Amino acid sequence: MTAVSLPRPRLQRRRPLSPLARTEMKWGLIFIAPWIIGFIAFTLLPMVATFIFTFTNISLDQKTPLSFVGLANYQQLVNDPDAWGSLGVTLRFAVLALPINVFLPLLVALLLSSRHLRGSGLFRVLFFMPYVVPFVAGVLIWETMLNPADGWINEFLRVIGIADPPDWLRDTTWVYPGLVFIGVWGIGGGTIIYLAGLQGIPSEYYDAARIDGAGYLGQLRHVTLPLLTPVIFYTLVLGVVEVLQYFLVPLVLNSGTGEPGGSTLFLNLYIYKNFFTYQDLSYGSTMAWFLFVITLVITIALFGTARRWVYYAGER
Amino acid sequence: MDHAEPDAAMAAPLVRRPGLIDRFRGRGARRPSAKGVLQSFTLTFIAVVALAAFLSPLLRSFTVSIKSPQQNSQVDGPLLPYTAASFTYRGREFDVYQVPMPDGTTRELALVRKGRTSSQFVDPKDASETLITWAGQWRTLTPAYSLDPQWHNYVDVWNQINYPRLLFNTIAIALIGTLGTIVSCTLVAYGFARFRFPGRNVLFILVIATIFLPSTVVVIPEFFFFSKIGWVGTWLPLLVPAFFANAYDVFLLRQYLLTIPREMDEAAAIDGAGPLRTLVSVLIPQAWPVIIAVSVFHLVYSWNDFFAPLIYLSTNPDLVTLPVGLASFSGARIAVNPGLIQAGTLMTMVIPIVLFLVFQRFFVRGIVITGVEK
Repeated sequence: MTAVSLPRPRLQRRRPLSPLARTEMKWGLIFIAPWIIGFIAFTLLPMVATFIFTFTNISLDQKTPLSFVGLANYQQLVNDPDAWGSLGVTLRFAVLALPINVFLPLLVALLLSSRHLRGSGLFRVLFFMPYVVPFVAGVLIWETMLNPADGWINEFLRVIGIADPPDWLRDTTWVYPGLVFIGVWGIGGGTIIYLAGLQGIPSEYYDAARIDGAGYLGQLRHVTLPLLTPVIFYTLVLGVVEVLQYFLVPLVLNSGTGEPGGSTLFLNLYIYKNFFTYQDLSYGSTMAWFLFVITLVITIALFGTARRWVYYAGER
Repeated sequence: MDHAEPDAAMAAPLVRRPGLIDRFRGRGARRPSAKGVLQSFTLTFIAVVALAAFLSPLLRSFTVSIKSPQQNSQVDGPLLPYTAASFTYRGREFDVYQVPMPDGTTRELALVRKGRTSSQFVDPKDASETLITWAGQWRTLTPAYSLDPQWHNYVDVWNQINYPRLLFNTIAIALIGTLGTIVSCTLVAYGFARFRFPGRNVLFILVIATIFLPSTVVVIPEFFFFSKIGWVGTWLPLLVPAFFANAYDVFLLRQYLLTIPREMDEAAAIDGAGPLRTLVSVLIPQAWPVIIAVSVFHLVYSWNDFFAPLIYLSTNPDLVTLPVGLASFSGARIAVNPGLIQAGTLMTMVIPIVLFLVFQRFFVRGIVITGVEK
């Protein structure tokens, strides 16, 4: 009989630890100490501090004496049209960008994993390469690509017969697809994760589906996609966290002015301006906490739906 | 029994063979049918087109980077940096045109004397020749262009944004941060992978949870704290946290250490090695692929990082990194030549791309571990 060792937490009775176990514990804690200290110093305490800041009038220059102000910051938030407007901007962009960020890498991964593709190794490397391009460089390159007069996107649109292509980054509506273009070089990470997920699907499943008469689309629908749902879920959760915090691209594009017409004043950009430009730490913290709660609620809601559509092979 | 053994050995390759072929068949190396060839061709063609579109911004950036402001501002101008050719003849400059000659050839000639129905040209290659008279309206001629790439854009931006200084800053911050990350994350991963202590699983779940934590909720007090202790305007807020481990790399290293059999460190322990000694002389020598992956990850991450250097270093332009320098250079763009911006941009991405191409196997493996095994 072979002993199968499952990675299951050992059941330990509460018993005084043996000297050997105590030494082991001591060493374990010594080795993880850097992380514990870092977690307390750079995650836990700042989170608590952000929360406390929301009830004060703290600012970087502190012209008025520091004091507790109760819920004044929250009142300001409720009555601040810019805050709600920036939340709307963030959500509007998320609705457009999130499906693309989740499914475009999947599409590329399906293409790259096809057995009909020749030279797939080279394609993988080249499709991934822009992922390591510095973020600022990517933004500046795509900005010339989207130039309304001679950028290649509009040149291409004119060639296929669209006489009056949009002024991507200066139009209050077209700016969102413009920003999606700028983000497209980030698909490499997701593509690799999907590729690994695709490789992990046992080929027997495909054989079985083929015997049952499933064509390519049938296999995609009944084998590939269900078995990839854990990877899709992971990409979706990280994508939500990322898109709700989105603001660096507009910050680079137009120094954070929110141009054109406030359409790129994302929630996180507004937070950044409050704490960095206006030095108002307390109101910035209030909105940061607000953003955190929104992220948490959406993430928890996603985990709640996961039971219905995410398939885990190991689950009983 | 005795003579069944050699028989089995003889038979083995014969038995194995069909299996191998079956395996290849299953993976699509079927005898190339016309349909299969067509599918391969179509799919590879689609991939080439998609890839060309995906990477075309690089080419666009390159063509902009070698043009002068005039060449860039020319609407519907040529793809490559062309300049209208001219020729100096007897102290004056004349435009060069493509002139169709009566014998059917086309010559590039400088228009010296314009006339309505016939004009006089000179051959730039042989100016001593007498003027060539050409009958026809010179306005119908196409001007001759010569390729005129502005390579000096790269030198200009190098000097204008103090590139050597920014390059040094970027490299120094990336290397020190990588050192801190490797040391701290290896220790922490070793602690999680090899030692039992109460609360270990809860703590490890906490490590993973921080990957999903929006950084906005911690950045304000961090900035406040660093500004109060006088670290804003120094490299310390970028370097010190690297020495306290991060979730991604701890996870990556721990997963790898778990795959190394425990018997190895037990043997070392029996030989009298302490926990640290075991890590250094048994585990680290075997974990180098993942240590390379973590190093490359952190180098590229640090090289590309924009936000932290922006908020902590902007007050001191001598300390900023390339992405921040590049962004502030292009921020004043009304006055700036797009050729210079793109030249600076392309130079900034050389090192991350080379690092990736050299270490791409480790890189890809690392992403797979952090992305799939969670």
